[in-house]
Amino acid sequence: MANGVEILSTSSFDETLASSDLPVLVDFWAEWCGPCKAIAPILEEIADEQGDRVRIAKLNVDDNPDIARRFDVMSIPTLILFKEGSPEARVVGAKGKGQLVEEISPHL
Amino acid sequence: MTNDTHKLIIVGSGPAGLTAAIYAARASLDPLVLEGEPSSTTDQPGGALMTTTEVENYPGFPDGIMGPDLMLRFKEQAQRFGTDVTMEKVSRIDLSARPFRLWVGDPDAAEPTYRAEAVIISTGARPVMLELPGEQELVGHGVSTCATCDGFFFRDHDIAVVGGGDSAMEEALFLTKFARSVTIVHRRDELRASKIMQERALANDTITFAWNSVVDAIEGDGSLSGVRLRDVQTDEKRDLDVTGLFVAIGHRPNTDIFKGQLAMDDGGYIVVDSGSRTDVEGVFACGDVQDTVYRQAITAAGSGCMAAIDAERWLEAQD
Repeated sequence: MANGVEILSTSSFDETLASSDLPVLVDFWAEWCGPCKAIAPILEEIADEQGDRVRIAKLNVDDNPDIARRFDVMSIPTLILFKEGSPEARVVGAKGKGQLVEEISPHL
Repeated sequence: MTNDTHKLIIVGSGPAGLTAAIYAARASLDPLVLEGEPSSTTDQPGGALMTTTEVENYPGFPDGIMGPDLMLRFKEQAQRFGTDVTMEKVSRIDLSARPFRLWVGDPDAAEPTYRAEAVIISTGARPVMLELPGEQELVGHGVSTCATCDGFFFRDHDIAVVGGGDSAMEEALFLTKFARSVTIVHRRDELRASKIMQERALANDTITFAWNSVVDAIEGDGSLSGVRLRDVQTDEKRDLDVTGLFVAIGHRPNTDIFKGQLAMDDGGYIVVDSGSRTDVEGVFACGDVQDTVYRQAITAAGSGCMAAIDAERWLEAQD
């Protein structure tokens, strides 16, 4: 699987998640959210280091409000780990890399 | 991992820490800034301004500037003069002997991550929560610690903001862009906020006030459905149907790792003397972590400058 962070949109969201062999960690974010910007480099690092275990993707909540609403995202950043298209774990709020990895690792 | 001793380590990267870094770097002290780790509170790289929007009172920006943009500029200016900034959070510090020892990551590791001849503490303060049952569980589901992050999700919702100071007014005013109604819950019958912020809030049609009131209980299963208010004079209770709750009732200094090592006041703020000196020689403090009075970006920056000059002179005197 290619490393890096994928960009999701309303049209690609369901298909990408359903067809992925690996779990997908989706970062619900927006341009105006300071903490979202702060974790962006951490997600890139995780994508590089653990690309064989998890795919990292981003969904802009401004451009795709219906998807954010569908998963009751009321605070950003929210990270949701999807397995075979279904939400498996959820991390609300910006976290340091160590803590983030600790929270998602048991689900990978 | 390095066992080289740094001349100066600055813990924290808000206006105070980064101003100290600019001055220390220009004085060739090669400062290392441990900027903290991301969070959705003010305890994060860049500090309290990272969760604000427009900053209108920082001199030099007549048209205002966004808080995160201002902090990015501080950081760039510090880096321009050779400051090393790393996204790490200090988990343990030992100020009992020099060089001082600092750990990031595992606090029980035998060897410290860094050593420093002098330390500047600028770890700031974080918002106080209500500490009511259900509050933590509902963070991200109606309870928010960051109005600028989450306001967007409360379009046409009814919201409560708790507090009577400038940050409560700023959050309430920001939230009126999205919310159907904003109720400011304040324990007194007058605001503590600055005149200009009071006037703006009082004049805003979307904002109503619940005076002499505190939040007594938080209700909601899965997501916030309301809060119960208590009138502090009559003890009467009433329900307020809100799906959003933003708390801005004050701050607590980020000084847990320094407890027992530095003189602090009853609130946990570091006590400084003659500028920025703490009661441990070679350790200096600046910004909100030692400021119980002003707590402004510009005063934090000013105190950061003082700490850098104090540290520079102290280091010179050691040689």
